[in-house]
Amino acid sequence: MKPEGGSLLTLASFFALTSLFAIGGANSAVPEIHRFAVGVQHWLSDRQFSESFALAQLTPGPNVILVTLIGYHVAGILGAVVATFAMCGPTSVLAFVVGGASERFRGSRWQLALSRGLVPVTLGLTASSATVIATTSDYSWVAVAITAGAALTAYFARVHPLWTFAAAALLGLIGLV
Amino acid sequence: MTSPAIPGRKQEPAAGLSPSPSPASQSQPTPPTVAELFAAFAAISLSGVGGVLAWARRKMVEERRWLTADQFNEVYALCAFLPGGNIINFSVVFGSRVRGPAGALAALGGLIGPPMVLIIIVGAIFAHYGDVPALRRMLTGVASAAAGLMIATVAKMARPLFRNRAVVGPVIALSTFGAIGIMHWPLPLVLALIVPVSIGAAWVRL
Repeated sequence: MKPEGGSLLTLASFFALTSLFAIGGANSAVPEIHRFAVGVQHWLSDRQFSESFALAQLTPGPNVILVTLIGYHVAGILGAVVATFAMCGPTSVLAFVVGGASERFRGSRWQLALSRGLVPVTLGLTASSATVIATTSDYSWVAVAITAGAALTAYFARVHPLWTFAAAALLGLIGLV
Repeated sequence: MTSPAIPGRKQEPAAGLSPSPSPASQSQPTPPTVAELFAAFAAISLSGVGGVLAWARRKMVEERRWLTADQFNEVYALCAFLPGGNIINFSVVFGSRVRGPAGALAALGGLIGPPMVLIIIVGAIFAHYGDVPALRRMLTGVASAAAGLMIATVAKMARPLFRNRAVVGPVIALSTFGAIGIMHWPLPLVLALIVPVSIGAAWVRL
């Protein structure tokens, strides 16, 4: 993919804006990233999106590298860098500014209202994210079973995600998925 | 994904992250250099398949003793309600508090630099050699599992929220899910409407 000015600008503006609305973490932006990358721009198919998400989960590092991967897919290394900087830049500046000012802020009514107010929103976003990943991945009953099994395991037991991923990958490898 | 904001301990003054040790504290954490920030966050990041937070806590509080557990919680709670990735914000806030802008850049660079390189390599390999059905099935399996993990997170988060015949929280959560997860409306639009309502409702109930 050759980087074009147009797509780099699109990557930068979309991810910069989206980053500021990723409340509760990078995963909260997954539905929006899917909506834009697959639904609007047609940069990826649903399946490619699902595979990109899986690759990003398996690669060490924060979840934001999903954005790096999509940027790479769209516009090569430059796209990867631009997308990542856009996704991390604005929020990092915000964190830098707020981080220094927080001493008076901590424990204040504002801070508590903010923290508590964002919990239900984060919940809704995480549920949306799970739905998007499930609907782009679960095309067979085995896949649905993997989702259910992973959910039950994570809810009731303390298993490192890596083991769950390994088991799921194995099921995929032997052709059941 | 966030953990619930940990309430700050108001009675304890914020132990400074500056280098001068105070006689009152027994184990004053020693602050890192810029290079150490980069290296530490790179190590945290590269160990963090599926859970960077636990590694961050282990390295910073237990291993290097750059923070007490309380300080870690306080910074993390702050980062949890800022938009963007929690650990990314954490690296910036912590780095800036110990070494200013240079510290923030070093920590952030260490955190996302090496993984960026890795995922680009992965992406390049996958683009050329990835069209192998077995590999694609494996990835689908992993994605399905990841969805399941998120569902478990949602269930755990929902437990305290849906208790006690609470109405506002569940309504907001369900509205957000409906708008984003089902209707696929644009995120900025939805949040511009829902977030002020949610924060306002929380404020009123405090």
